[in-house]
Amino acid sequence: MAVYEHLYAAYEGAPNSARQRFLVIPRYALREVFKSKLLVTFFILCFIYPLVATILVYLHHNANALALLQINVRELLPIDRTFFRTFLEVQGAFALILTVLVAPPLISRDLSNNALPLYLCRPLSRAEYVLGKMAVIVFLLSLVTWIPGLLIFFFQASLAGFAWLWANLWMIWAIFSGSLIWIILLSLLALAVSSFLKWRVVASGALLGLFFVPSAFGEIVNQLFLTRAGSLISLWASMNSIWRGLFGLFVRQSGTIRGKVDSPIYEGQVVNIALLEPPLWASWLIIALVCALCVWLLARKVRAYEVIK
Amino acid sequence: MTSVIELEQLSVTFGKRPILKSLSGALNGRAIGLLGPNGAGKTTLIHTLLGFHPPTSGTARIFGQDITRDAKQVRSTVGYMPENDSFIAKMSCVQFVRLMAELSGIPARHALERAHEALFYVGLGEARYRPIDSYSLGMKQLAKLAQAIVHGPKLIILDEPTNGLDPPTRSRMIALIRQIRDGGRARILLSSHLLRDVEECCDEILVLKDGYIAANCNLEEERKANRKFIELETRGGNRAGFAEAIGGLGCEYALSGERRIKLIMQEKVEISDLYRLALEHGVQIRRLNFKRDSLEDIFLKAMENGNLPEVSAEVNNGNRIGNGNGRAN
Repeated sequence: MAVYEHLYAAYEGAPNSARQRFLVIPRYALREVFKSKLLVTFFILCFIYPLVATILVYLHHNANALALLQINVRELLPIDRTFFRTFLEVQGAFALILTVLVAPPLISRDLSNNALPLYLCRPLSRAEYVLGKMAVIVFLLSLVTWIPGLLIFFFQASLAGFAWLWANLWMIWAIFSGSLIWIILLSLLALAVSSFLKWRVVASGALLGLFFVPSAFGEIVNQLFLTRAGSLISLWASMNSIWRGLFGLFVRQSGTIRGKVDSPIYEGQVVNIALLEPPLWASWLIIALVCALCVWLLARKVRAYEVIK
Repeated sequence: MTSVIELEQLSVTFGKRPILKSLSGALNGRAIGLLGPNGAGKTTLIHTLLGFHPPTSGTARIFGQDITRDAKQVRSTVGYMPENDSFIAKMSCVQFVRLMAELSGIPARHALERAHEALFYVGLGEARYRPIDSYSLGMKQLAKLAQAIVHGPKLIILDEPTNGLDPPTRSRMIALIRQIRDGGRARILLSSHLLRDVEECCDEILVLKDGYIAANCNLEEERKANRKFIELETRGGNRAGFAEAIGGLGCEYALSGERRIKLIMQEKVEISDLYRLALEHGVQIRRLNFKRDSLEDIFLKAMENGNLPEVSAEVNNGNRIGNGNGRAN
């Protein structure tokens, strides 16, 4: 099909790899994503905390710098499991906002422009289409979560020595898997929302709402009924429990305390407060269920044509 | 030889409503027209062939490949131009066609070149860097055609390609379809409500009605068959003698009214023989018509057919619906 011949001809060269074909989607989508100045600015902001963490690690091992800045090493945050868990928590929050900025139009734009038949009439399955769209979010969120997390970890290991690395080797898995679970949850939720809501602003709002509304509601339940069970409906709280579990910091608080409480229901009465924090497996279960629900919704929604039965 | 499309007891049901009812047959034309009234199942058939809807029972094959078992291979040999507006927003046309080429399996380094070629081919060369959102309806149709042919598929499925086009753009689209058909490198399945489009482009038609095959005939053969039927309008002379003389040539004939003679030509008989006999019998031939069933006739007769399941069964047995005189039973 040469331009000047104006003839129709088949492509006779070697095709690209069928297994990696879905990666064409994120390549084009990322090009579009980085055209937004707002997103690029926020993306740069996402690296401020890793930079601060790196400086902290450096200061811990540089007596000259500490002396110059007149800082006592004991005043600095210790570089331990709590340091990395906090890192994950902060970067996890940035990842959430990044998802809200990037993800909503990913599927909704294709749905509103009726582009799905064009994707799915090619050698690309529905699962590969979703994977391709997911890859956009996974790539961006990886850059702000586990990749800088591991880089800081190895930086600390290089300064602290082999003994520290050997003693904390398990943290590599905690940083990686903790980030990955959060990334998968965010991408599935974002894509599910994107496949249902065609308006970007509404989709962004809905995505934020999915995190903040249940968290607020759960906190109200906790305060009113003096329980911790309300945290179960909060995705952020569940994820925090999982992170604490992965870093060996999860301590389930249970037991009864007798005391005066300011809850609106008890109004300063002295009552028995039953502290029963949901077990760690309950948080895993909640996250797994939400992911499964999102997969189910995507399977229902991502179709070339919707059949009205 | 492998058929372009083979249907084998293909049924598709949405919920409890059957849409395609046990379709069987083989389609071999260079350009196959898919006709039928609204709700006949044309689009569902196309979507099923593309794997968008799973068959409830039976199957279909495209170039011998099963649409469910070899779905990906089938889709890599097919180009699809959907009926409705379909594009990817915030992209220039060349980027859009390039993306489609890459998704069809063309490596990135060749995809851009192919995209440029396809856009020049359909006549959008000068507008290829403009965002598709800014295109007119006709340009969007051409862009859809470009994305359907960019990877050089063996079968191009066009769903209402001339929908909403002005006459010059429609002519351009029809010319492109005919050019692709005549090039012989790709087969075409054209679904259209416009019989004129199908008649201009297709050499085989499949007519669907209520999910059944109402007719499946080769338009080329029909046209050839139509050439055998002649109607003469005569004046003066010995009309009866002239008719008998025509019968003497081995042609079947029938007198109609006072001036007309209908006859079926034999292979060895030429038109000049008729003029010679007319001269011999002092008859003037005032008018000579090749009786021809238009596609509209075939379509309307197929629509009038009230015994559709049997028609489908006939097609199943490999029989043509047309009975040799260009009529659908």
